[in-house]
Amino acid sequence: MSTGTPLVLGETGLFDPSAPLTPSGNLRRRTWVNTFVRITATAAALFAVAILVIVIFGVVQRGISSLSLAFVTQTPQGLAGGGIFNYIVGTVEVIALGAIIALPLGILTGLYLTEFAGPRSRLAGVIKLALDMMQGLPTIVVGLFIYGLIVIPQHKQSGLAASFALAIVMLPLMARSSQEVLLLVPNSLREAADALGVNRWRTVISVIVPSALGGIATGAILAIARAAGETAPVLICNSIYDPNHTSLNIFHGVPTIPMLIYTSVDLPLPDAVARAWTAALVLVVVILCANIGARVMLARSRAKMGL
Amino acid sequence: MVGPGDEDFRTLRAVSSGTMSRSQGPRSPTRGRVRPKPASRTGDRVMFVLCAVACLIVVLTLADVVYQLADNARPAISKFGLGFLVHSTWRPGFKQFGAGALIYGTLVSSFFALALATPLGVAIGLYLSMMAPPRVRATVGPLVEMLAAVPSIIYGFWGIVVLVPFVLSIEPALHGALGFIPLFGHPATIGISVFSAGLVLTVMILPIISALSRDLFLTVPGELKDGAAALGATQWEIIRGIVLPSTASGVGAAVVLGLGRALGEAIAVSFVIGDVNATHVSLFAPGATAAERIANQFQGAINELQIASMFYVGLILVVIGMITSVAARAIARRFDVNRALGATV
Repeated sequence: MSTGTPLVLGETGLFDPSAPLTPSGNLRRRTWVNTFVRITATAAALFAVAILVIVIFGVVQRGISSLSLAFVTQTPQGLAGGGIFNYIVGTVEVIALGAIIALPLGILTGLYLTEFAGPRSRLAGVIKLALDMMQGLPTIVVGLFIYGLIVIPQHKQSGLAASFALAIVMLPLMARSSQEVLLLVPNSLREAADALGVNRWRTVISVIVPSALGGIATGAILAIARAAGETAPVLICNSIYDPNHTSLNIFHGVPTIPMLIYTSVDLPLPDAVARAWTAALVLVVVILCANIGARVMLARSRAKMGL
Repeated sequence: MVGPGDEDFRTLRAVSSGTMSRSQGPRSPTRGRVRPKPASRTGDRVMFVLCAVACLIVVLTLADVVYQLADNARPAISKFGLGFLVHSTWRPGFKQFGAGALIYGTLVSSFFALALATPLGVAIGLYLSMMAPPRVRATVGPLVEMLAAVPSIIYGFWGIVVLVPFVLSIEPALHGALGFIPLFGHPATIGISVFSAGLVLTVMILPIISALSRDLFLTVPGELKDGAAALGATQWEIIRGIVLPSTASGVGAAVVLGLGRALGEAIAVSFVIGDVNATHVSLFAPGATAAERIANQFQGAINELQIASMFYVGLILVVIGMITSVAARAIARRFDVNRALGATV
């Protein structure tokens, strides 16, 4: 087939088989721009990871020295000594009560959106909009709301008020995540149950919720982890408490870890600041472990559902 | 002969010859009639009512948020009216309150954070969705999202102890290089500034924007990208010509959501901004934001009018927050990105 005519490449003239295979002119510029963009994007991702490492490292570095078993099992002595046992108990109380309020409500809202409202339901649209808005509320405003709703009528701050505030933080997260997971339940399961003549509520309780349980639990863990670190609502509704004793009465002020950190930062006592750092370390470790655990659970339940 | 039909045949013969008792045979029509039991209908109804009540609680709570804030802010609203939004005096001792400086500080710090976090977040989204090898993607993606899990109190504490000294050390250099822009004025002496607040906010909204834009970029159909690649486009040209244009509105929604988060952040900002009631052009001066002012002064309020004024500020924040939520939804509705937006907390 060789005719002897040299191949012509665009305007560059004759084809030279011995020329090196490197881009020239316009193509070289385009390749450079591309490489530059790739490097920039990689650097941006590295930067974000570096920030995370710096923040976590900063907390670990300052908090690890006074971390011990006694730190989490003793109550504080004076302004700076002892452990944070009562703060841990208080945080758990407030979060637990908030979760008891928010989780069922969130799951039921998710169920309404997926099982009872039609896909074009206007009411469902209103509810979704309300959930979006609730999630977009600044948490300090949630604190103000509960202050007006509960603290002012009762004439006192309390762990109960903080629980309600945290419930409002958790509720939209829970409803959203339940809705997402329930949508993933295959319709064939619902149809199979219908074909067997099973009532809707039985289908929900014995088929739909169990098959979405992994995802619902993941959402619950994430919502609780989010609420555990919230400071603003607790600051507004639950900032007056006895710092040195364990309080099991949720109708009074209850010490919480975020408040310990918030109030210790300004103290002119190095020991108090060190204690705050260790408390921050405990808080961060618990929250990050919960997040990682939730991720693992989600991956497992996804694999189980064959996604 | 043994087959699947064998047994049926035998049953049929037994029934017809009367050797089989009636209870073992096929049910008679009258006994097997499907009749919905009243109890089970009640079950359905109970479940529906429970779910509907839960939804009602959500909507009513939201309405009550607005009512409570407006109700408690009434003294301030009737005294200052809408002028509250523009006057920047905040003197509790003289019972003079205005949110002008707070709104200014909120907008400046949030938009500064947005200016940094948007390009960074989009770049991270591009890296995670198009460039990273699968293994890196599976590690770096969750790590970036972890930034959103760190509580704001930790960012505040870290900000005042680690970030503020760092900002103090780079402020002179930034002023030297960019001093011709009024934003980068003379450095303050302490490092507690709108600039520090903006940096903390950047870190806090970066995971929102990057996770959402990554999810958006993953929804771009592969055929489009492959087609462009087949025409000889480089990866950057694919990004600029196909990926970004087709997801622009979704990225816009992600940015608005990040903005909403930045506008409402109280605790982390209250540590690093100084809570100074002033409107400086320079980012290196201390300032105040609306949410941060409530966190800083609510417990130490010295008169009723100060409390009412802070409820007024809260009401402004709610209105801004609702507008951003609706705006993000409206932008996102143009594309089916609701799932991607809902997936990130």
